[in-house]
Amino acid sequence: MSADIETQAVDRSDLSDEVMIQITGMNKWFGDFHVLRDINLTVFQGERIVICGPSGSGKSTLIRCINRLEEHQQGQIIVDNVELTNDLKQIDQVRREVGMVFQHFNLFPHLTVLENCTLAPIWVRDTPKVDAEQAAMEYLARVKIPEQAEKYPGQLSGGQQQRVAIARSLCMNPKIMLFDEPTSALDPEMIKEVLDVMVDLAETGMTMIVVSHEMGFARQVAHRVIFMDDGQVVEQNEPEEFFNNPQSDRTKLFLSQILSH
Amino acid sequence: MADTTGSGANRAFVRTETLPQAPPPLSTRGWIGWLRENLFSSPLNAALTIGALYVLYLFVPPLIEWAIIEAVWTGASNADCKGHDGACWAIVPARFGQFIYGFYPEAERWRADLVFILFCINVAPILSDRLPGRTFAALFIVSGFPIVAGLILFGGIGLEAVPTDRWGGLLLTLVLAVVSILFSLPLGILLALGRRSEMPIVSTFSIAFIELCRAVPLITVLFMASFMLPLFLPEGVNFNELLRALIGVTIFASAYMAEVVRGGLQALPKGQTEAAQALGLTYWQAMRLIIMPQALKIVIPGIVNTFISLFKDTSLVSIIGLFDLLLVAKASVTDPKWLGLEHEAYIFTALLYFVFCFGMSRYSLWLEGKLNTERRD
Ligand SMILES: Nc1ncnc2c1ncn2[C@@H]1O[C@H](COP(=O)(O)OP(=O)(O)OP(=O)(O)O)[C@@H](O)[C@H]1O
Ligand SMILES: [Mg+2]
Repeated sequence: MSADIETQAVDRSDLSDEVMIQITGMNKWFGDFHVLRDINLTVFQGERIVICGPSGSGKSTLIRCINRLEEHQQGQIIVDNVELTNDLKQIDQVRREVGMVFQHFNLFPHLTVLENCTLAPIWVRDTPKVDAEQAAMEYLARVKIPEQAEKYPGQLSGGQQQRVAIARSLCMNPKIMLFDEPTSALDPEMIKEVLDVMVDLAETGMTMIVVSHEMGFARQVAHRVIFMDDGQVVEQNEPEEFFNNPQSDRTKLFLSQILSH
Repeated sequence: MADTTGSGANRAFVRTETLPQAPPPLSTRGWIGWLRENLFSSPLNAALTIGALYVLYLFVPPLIEWAIIEAVWTGASNADCKGHDGACWAIVPARFGQFIYGFYPEAERWRADLVFILFCINVAPILSDRLPGRTFAALFIVSGFPIVAGLILFGGIGLEAVPTDRWGGLLLTLVLAVVSILFSLPLGILLALGRRSEMPIVSTFSIAFIELCRAVPLITVLFMASFMLPLFLPEGVNFNELLRALIGVTIFASAYMAEVVRGGLQALPKGQTEAAQALGLTYWQAMRLIIMPQALKIVIPGIVNTFISLFKDTSLVSIIGLFDLLLVAKASVTDPKWLGLEHEAYIFTALLYFVFCFGMSRYSLWLEGKLNTERRD
């Protein structure tokens, strides 16, 4: 089904050489616990990266550092030419350009689906309400649930909620989208509907960093797969190489474990 | 991942639809069914029911006889009640003015009524969701309204000045309750946020403030506000007794409110704040638009509970010589004309307290029900 897209995924020619995210020598500790060790990562505009690795390896922490939900202690993170420091203005500036989708959706349960989508554009981007609503409806149509706009999140299925969460982030017109295990809280039959939306998004040229163990998705859309273990980037490669010809023993072990399921 | 879920659904022996409900048997329907189920479901339950009925039989008929059948409703003094074996309600109409307004001059009482009406107009859009302008009303009630109400009640410009030591009765009780309720909620919210703040100075101050206020009785706070505050103020600066009591009660209540609100904040998953941050909302936007609406909704019962106990606690101001509703009632029966009518005076007072507290309680129930329809999960 995805044979042609697979070849396209390896093709990096659609990448610009404009750097979107530049992480150099980054270290992070939780108290005494050294959770991220000397991370170096460059992400180009339009690049799609899938991060995998065992539980507790620091995948979530890494992408949460990119929009400063976690603070790093050493090294440098530059997102869209803005360095993340303690400067709140710069943090806000980065967060406006970086969308994030969480494992547990984190929709606002007291607001309708439409209000979830229009809140940030109205308050953060000062978009007039009618324009925000119109844009929100377009994005809801893109994630294929425009008819749910007036419902509350609690009335939707998990897959629908996650698609709303994606639409909510897209409404801010972000330059980068971060996904933290977007499908791992979903029942199997809902995983596909969310992945389909993400594949659609990938085709628009969005810069995406996806923490996921959905290897089919990685093969289909990723330019690069990164394997993390113990707070370090152990290995990274193009998907075909990564899956067919893993270099390190840890990667091999990990792949054998997840692929055996 | 191993797919173990959902495999039971296609087994032949598992029924896939729910059966329609059968109607309940006749003996469980209607009032007979209700009685049987609620009052006579077991021998013990039946014995308790009969015992309770007997106790009611002992107390209720004499009470009705005293309070209604034998009661005297009008009269100029307790002399008119002599020879009757019932309540002497005549004290209520005779002293109604004092109960409601204290020593507020009779000719000026319309001002208190006016403030009450203005308050109702201001509070209506906040309480109801059918009226427009909730945000404006909520901001006005803690900014413009107290000033307007203070000017009308206190007078001075164009109106006869009525110093606060002449305010009393229900008027004073309501002033104390409304002001402390209105200001303790926002203050409590700020303190609760402060307590969870990542800035050490802010959180230390908030914790110290909350713990200090909760560790002393309200009476102590009132005594301090009344007698000790003047010691710290420069010579000649002497601010109003009522204002000091208001500040004392409000500060005290805000500490309790802070803990109630904190309970709501803790009940919210961290993901809500993170989602708000990830969307680029500032801290205050996230609090106002995402966190507080949810946290406050969770703790509505706790908030209203604090309001109700606050309303009743205002009666402690009589300790520092303010003539609130309770003290007025107490004073009214020291009048030789109405000597010995404590029962009547206090029952009437209790009824007034009940009306307001019960009203708040019902409102909170209604509000909870309304907010719950917004979310079904
Ligand atoms: N706020 C925190 N305080 C202390 N330790 C933390 C905190 N958050 C995460 N950790 C620890 O840091 C390590 C990395 O966590 P992280 O959530 O990044 O892992 P992960 O790779 O995303 O794992 P998973 O696949 O389970 O989501 C874990 O050992 C975790 O226990
Ligand atoms: Mg994780």
